[in-house]
Amino acid sequence: MFDQTQSLPPLPGVGYKPQHYSDILENTAPVGWLEVHAENYMGDGGRPLAQLRALSEQFPISVHGVGLSIGGEGRLDPDHLERLKQLVGWLDPASFSEHLAWSTHDSHFLNDLLPLPYTDQTLARVCEHIDEVQTALGRRMLLENPSSYLAFAESTWAETDFLTEVTRRTGCGLLLDVNNVFVSATNLGYSPQAYIDAFPLDAVGELHLGGHDEDEDDHGMPLLIDSHGREVADPVWGLLDLVLERSGPKPLLIEWDTDVPDWSVLRDEARRAEAALARVHA
Amino acid sequence: MITVSQDAFRAGLLDARVPVPEGLKDNEGRSAGRRYAVYRNNVAVSLREALETGFPAVASLLGKENFAMVAGHFLRQSPPASPLMMHYGEGFPAFLEAAEPLAHIPYLGDIARLELAQRASYHAADCPAFDPAVFQDLSDETLMAGYLVLAPATKLVKSRWPMLSIYRYATQPGAAKPGAAPENVLITRPEFDPVLHPLDAAAAGFVQACLSGANFGAALEAAGPDFDLPNTLSLLLSSGAIAQLKL
Ligand SMILES: [Fe+2]
Repeated sequence: MFDQTQSLPPLPGVGYKPQHYSDILENTAPVGWLEVHAENYMGDGGRPLAQLRALSEQFPISVHGVGLSIGGEGRLDPDHLERLKQLVGWLDPASFSEHLAWSTHDSHFLNDLLPLPYTDQTLARVCEHIDEVQTALGRRMLLENPSSYLAFAESTWAETDFLTEVTRRTGCGLLLDVNNVFVSATNLGYSPQAYIDAFPLDAVGELHLGGHDEDEDDHGMPLLIDSHGREVADPVWGLLDLVLERSGPKPLLIEWDTDVPDWSVLRDEARRAEAALARVHA
Repeated sequence: MITVSQDAFRAGLLDARVPVPEGLKDNEGRSAGRRYAVYRNNVAVSLREALETGFPAVASLLGKENFAMVAGHFLRQSPPASPLMMHYGEGFPAFLEAAEPLAHIPYLGDIARLELAQRASYHAADCPAFDPAVFQDLSDETLMAGYLVLAPATKLVKSRWPMLSIYRYATQPGAAKPGAAPENVLITRPEFDPVLHPLDAAAAGFVQACLSGANFGAALEAAGPDFDLPNTLSLLLSSGAIAQLKL
């Protein structure tokens, strides 16, 4: 439906943090691309935009939005969509992705990815919003599976069926966050392998890996929190192998957003991602 | 079937006294309880941290615990109005000034204003370097009728308090103790990092007039008899404060 001028390479990527700017320019390998949060580059100028411009000359860039509120009950914020169009317009990134979540209600932005029930009604709304985004940007977007801490009694769709139907109706691609699968499966007591079995891997344009924290719910059951503040957990690496076996090599991002470590630590995670990708090639 | 609107979901996020909405469950159909509190916590912590990052001097003046309490009140009353977190806290100065328990720190609002203005300057549009040669060979008349257009990153914050000294005292180890004289601050951005300059009342009057679109002559008049034009002009030129002289 949309002409994509470029796409992300099936290599390790990392979430870009400004404190790593000079490290990245000096010592890149094995990182083959970078992901930035759209909202951090919606200022009018200054260092953030200058850095992004410079990085985009050296790396494919993935723009990852956290503020569109695609799962919101209300209409998309036209101002925000316009800002996104501007950014995607001048940067011409290799990919644009957003979340199956909401964050804005009544023009209050809550700065978190909030969950929605999976019903016929929310399905129609999400598809409408994705159509609007893809039309405004003139490109295909990727939609990311959320990490869940709770369930809605009203849900009538399994998340994997819901996402499959979204791709069928809108033509959008998916961003499969393997850590989110593990977090949600643990929190809601289902098998992460079964989730992967049911996931439409053909539609996947990018994979995410991040760290999570461990907590407990009111009944002493494990409650994993998608914190992006540490190394990727071992069982998540295991789940990644399963995904890659079936999907083949994909662009694979390490997300680390809080307690951001030195570049060398992030690069070690990227090396581990590189090794996982290499096992698929072999 | 119990449905949970986003109205209902949000209500409890910002107010811990609101019970967890019915219809939110764990996988065994029990009330979501702590699971919902994860979102409550995410929202409060992320907004508080955004305020802490955006207002380091206010945070340092109040101390970590007091700041967390004040920020907690503010973020519940004024969550961000847009996803551009770089501008979050526009209402914080007025909130600080109106807060009864903070009445004994009356300058806090101005310190917050100074921090907001620095952020605005940091993210403002870039501006090509200004060539001062434009000033040469101008008749007085032409100059007075011209407009000194300041760069988008040039900001002015006026205060009744020794704002700059307090700000430096709060953020820089070893900075001198603030005196009593009021201080205005001019913010310029030569390249990427905003720089703070103290401005006397006359110079602040001149800059303010330029910022509000007055022509050169009117700005001079607004500055008053104590104004040191050569000094101010050389500061504006050397700090990259000027975008153009429109004749
Ligand atoms: Fe993710």
